[in-house]
Amino acid sequence: MPDTLTLTSQQIIRKKAAGEPIEPNEGALIHRHTITVLVENTIGALIRVVNMFSARGFNIESITVGLTDDPAVSRMNIVTTGNDRIIAQVLRQLNRLIDTLEVDDLTNEEFVEREMCLLKVRYNGQNRAEIMDVNTIFRGKVVDITPYAMTFELTGPTSKIDAFINMMRPHEIIEVARSGRVAMKRNHVS
Amino acid sequence: MRYDTTLKARARQAGGNGVATAQPTGQAPPTTMSGAEIFLRSLEAEGVEVVFGHPGGAVIKIYDEMARIQPRFKHVLVRHEQGGAHAAEGYAKATGKVGTVLVTSGPGATNTVTGIADAYMDSVPIVVFTGQVPTNLIGNDAFQECDTIGVTRSITKHSFLVRDVKDLARTVKEAYYIARTGRPGPVVVDLPKDVLLAEAPFEYPEAISIRGYAVVAEGRPDKIERAARMIAAAQRPLFYVGGGAVNAGAAEILTEMARHTQIPVTTTLHGLGAFPEDDPLALRMLGMHGTWWANQAVQHADLIIAVGARFDDRVTGKLDSWAPHAKIIHIEIDQSCISKNVYADCAIMGDVKPVLEQLRPLVQPKDTSAWLAEIEAWRQECPLAYEEDGKLRAQYVIERLRAKTGGHAVVLTDVGQHQMWTAQYFRFLHPRSHITSGGLGTMGFCLPAAMGAAFGLRGLGSDLPVLSISGDGGFVMNAQELSVAAAHKLPIKVAIINNNFLGMVRQWQELFHENRFSHTDLSDTNPDFVKLAEAHHCVGLRAASPEAVDAVIEEAWKVTDRPALMEFQVIKEEMVFPMVPAGAATGDMITKRLTPNSFV
Repeated sequence: MPDTLTLTSQQIIRKKAAGEPIEPNEGALIHRHTITVLVENTIGALIRVVNMFSARGFNIESITVGLTDDPAVSRMNIVTTGNDRIIAQVLRQLNRLIDTLEVDDLTNEEFVEREMCLLKVRYNGQNRAEIMDVNTIFRGKVVDITPYAMTFELTGPTSKIDAFINMMRPHEIIEVARSGRVAMKRNHVS
Repeated sequence: MRYDTTLKARARQAGGNGVATAQPTGQAPPTTMSGAEIFLRSLEAEGVEVVFGHPGGAVIKIYDEMARIQPRFKHVLVRHEQGGAHAAEGYAKATGKVGTVLVTSGPGATNTVTGIADAYMDSVPIVVFTGQVPTNLIGNDAFQECDTIGVTRSITKHSFLVRDVKDLARTVKEAYYIARTGRPGPVVVDLPKDVLLAEAPFEYPEAISIRGYAVVAEGRPDKIERAARMIAAAQRPLFYVGGGAVNAGAAEILTEMARHTQIPVTTTLHGLGAFPEDDPLALRMLGMHGTWWANQAVQHADLIIAVGARFDDRVTGKLDSWAPHAKIIHIEIDQSCISKNVYADCAIMGDVKPVLEQLRPLVQPKDTSAWLAEIEAWRQECPLAYEEDGKLRAQYVIERLRAKTGGHAVVLTDVGQHQMWTAQYFRFLHPRSHITSGGLGTMGFCLPAAMGAAFGLRGLGSDLPVLSISGDGGFVMNAQELSVAAAHKLPIKVAIINNNFLGMVRQWQELFHENRFSHTDLSDTNPDFVKLAEAHHCVGLRAASPEAVDAVIEEAWKVTDRPALMEFQVIKEEMVFPMVPAGAATGDMITKRLTPNSFV
């Protein structure tokens, strides 16, 4: 992470002057944040958002883009990491872009986060039943099957997808495609 | 530090969501015309007075229509597109209006990049129209093709690629609106050739709505009240004023408020002129080459009221030790500047002028006499001074130019030692009287910007002299614009502080790099500046001793129909002091020449 010079250094100086205790790494703890951004569905809006992250040295862990119910508006779900100061800057810089309509950090609220995964695995007479068992446990769907390979579709929180892929590792995984995370606040009425 | 997610929503409620009020444009009923003519008519409707441009293949239709319809604005043919971009900046900074640039595709566009980046860093409203290859060739590596939108994405407030002639007029309107509102900045509009050739009816939109663009004017009342309480409680308060105060037109209310409350004022490089520097409350500039007393005041203040300033590293030095005792009130229009470098105890999002107007009735006169006496002691301790030993020094030249103008001039500087000496010694009185390249630090900015400022003042009917002060290094970088200024009979006073060195780099080499003057000696490559001036149809003058300075200035002021260039041959050894070394604490200033590296 780029941050060692924490913004709160000002507060820390003041705390020192006042003889107050200072926590180690105060204000510098790095957390993962899920941010949703509504943007104009125009050429260049996506690249402007991504460009802002790279130009200012912010991190993107996952990013997804798709239309909303309004075809003129796209919704981006961005997972990023940073300390309080960096996240505040990320949000302000996002809001400052003219193509963004709404910027929301879901991390401090109740929210639903889902990811979709397609996984293609080679099977044979010996492991076919075991593979199907794993799929049943995770409540996945078979979306394609050939005499040698099966493709599963699975939706869930990222941790569930991770666990599913791990359970499939002993078998011969041919290909994995993950959607990245989409997220939404619970009971959010705008 | 909770992030305010309601920001854009609040701005919408306040009616500031980018909906411009209708302006009568006086247009005739729509008739069909070429995209090029629609473009020119849109500039007319926008009230553009002057366009700095250079033709080329992709925009040839615009220049053709310009010759045919003779639009109401003036087109100035610059000799390099970078000069055009800086000229638009100078025009914008001198007048507060939006500057306009028109260039062709490819190299025409890339040549403006430095000017666009400069405008972005210094919040200068300019709109740059770039030609582009026809839409069906975009991406094909066509002749003079360049992904202009891509190249400029990180250095523009916003940019547009016009793909349909029907969108052209609306895009022009939005570009100007975005450039001038909120925190001003550069906007690029890319115009493919086929769009300029296509025909469409012309109607300039009366109102626009950009739903994602929030312009907040007034501050939140609870924050204003909190700021007023903090000001009332402070014993050692200080105004720290940046370019935002000048942009907002808040110099008057700020000055009145500082005098009313008896709170001293220090300004950044871009804040110079926002508060008259001959006022006893003026501490002059702070930061790396600011005054000793301004920086001491910062280090001892218990309240800093930041007004349209962004806590740049050249202001703060080492962040951990900057203003250790001060609470911070930050009045700022750009949300991303709040708590970016320095934590704001009370952040007021809003336009500086309305916020100060909201705050003004809530503040009472304060007794700051003890605090002011303390600052006065620092002023006595380490005044701005230079040696007077018969050798010509830049500081003396600046003081004589100040004496000639009485401070009533628009002064532009380039980047380097002369820039800091002008900031230290000129004592600015008026907002918009000091124009420089601060954030990006662009050598070659000054002369074309002075030309732009001169056009701006001419349009305002102002007879203030325009004074361009450059170093010998930076001047050469855009010297070609001299002939443009001469062609338009602009009586710019062009001072060159010539020490035959890249002086500021030389200073760092002497102070921090053990006198290894690597590639900073220009004596072999500098032109004869007097002959250079004459070759560009200007008057050239030269002074090499203090005695000759006044005569040269007098001679230059007699020239009224073209630029007068004054070369002042100064000694190369002089350094800018005081100085906070880069990355050092603001309290640790070098105040005079020491043995090299003795302070490190």
